[in-house]
Amino acid sequence: MRAKRKQKLFVILGLVSLAAIAVGLTLYALRSNINLFFSPVQIAAGDAPLERQIRAGGMVKAGSVDRDKQSLEVVFTVTDYVDELEVRYSGILPDLFREGQGVVVVGELQQDGWLRADQVLARHDENYMPPEVAQALEEAGYAPEDYQAKAAEVGQKMDAQAEDSGDGRTN
Amino acid sequence: MWAFIHKLGSPKWFYAISARLQPWFWVAAAVLILVGSAWGLAFAPADYQQGNSFRIIYVHVPAAFLAQSIFVSMAVAGFIFMVWKIKIADMAAAMMAPLGAAMTFVALFSGAVWGVPTWGTWWMWDARLTSMLILLFLYFGVIALRGAFSSRDSASRAASVLAMVGVINIPIIKYSVDWWYTLHQPATFSVTSRPAMPVEMWAPLLIMVLGFYCFFIALTLMRTRSEILRREASKHWVRELAGEVK
Repeated sequence: MRAKRKQKLFVILGLVSLAAIAVGLTLYALRSNINLFFSPVQIAAGDAPLERQIRAGGMVKAGSVDRDKQSLEVVFTVTDYVDELEVRYSGILPDLFREGQGVVVVGELQQDGWLRADQVLARHDENYMPPEVAQALEEAGYAPEDYQAKAAEVGQKMDAQAEDSGDGRTN
Repeated sequence: MWAFIHKLGSPKWFYAISARLQPWFWVAAAVLILVGSAWGLAFAPADYQQGNSFRIIYVHVPAAFLAQSIFVSMAVAGFIFMVWKIKIADMAAAMMAPLGAAMTFVALFSGAVWGVPTWGTWWMWDARLTSMLILLFLYFGVIALRGAFSSRDSASRAASVLAMVGVINIPIIKYSVDWWYTLHQPATFSVTSRPAMPVEMWAPLLIMVLGFYCFFIALTLMRTRSEILRREASKHWVRELAGEVK
């Protein structure tokens, strides 16, 4: 490689790494502001401001959803399996809202530690599976959070059964 | 190997070789995308939670892959152009940018459409969505820079530098879902572990991704060929090709 090209190569590499360091430091300084939501642990530690609109996120605790029969009012608990946060919301919940599902709630934290939500968003996890596999898992008694660990196993078992019985499952 | 790369760097040779490669990529892209869409949209099973709306994945994920890959290709081409002064790399980079911008838009738009039934919102300023929007603006910046200079050489150098510096955004997009709390879920696919979905769901997705890549290669070859003719119009071999000189 000729000296001129070598010099150019180093100038470019230097420029790009400087820019990368600048961006990296900026993101590091902003790290808590880039997070979309506060987790219940952070709220319990007092990191979140009171009576200002914030976002909180976590899992809907199993068995915690309590719907009012007369209105759209619903109370549920959001957990990160360490701390918990009580959320009260009045309105229509997204289709994917269910117990054990991730959610992001937008609202104001009250003095006595619960959150008045204006908006509830469902989070989806990275796992996808056909309804038959999910049903087989449910019948086998697994909780939704264990589905992925077991899905491959059950899927293989179902395939093996299909092959044994010779019904030629194609999909 | 080096001889082949050197030949590829010459516009005349690139023009000849790409003529032979191009049809294969067009055919592969057409077949893969047709098979992948039919399989994904009609035959793959629905998701246990999202039902049929999950099928947007068959457009969303290939478009998002391509949006990021094209930017990296553009940065690599810009690097080759800056260091080794290979003109063909700059032509290819210039031709890739609009497709990359289009793919970024498709990924953002299909994501918004998907967000409404699953999340309950079409947009949220979370790290993944925002960094993807920045990628779209970077593409616009690269395209605009190329048009902003009267000298082509300055335009090429400015666009190459922006592409090389902008490539820093790509790892941010990729790891945004791991580094920060986001509404977008973490990646379903990784190189090191098995996909978090069964084979009857990811097989059509893989076919779609391959089809999108073939489409990108075919389109880039085709557009670079016409760019070669445009830039080299005064060269002897081009005029010979056009039948102006014998």
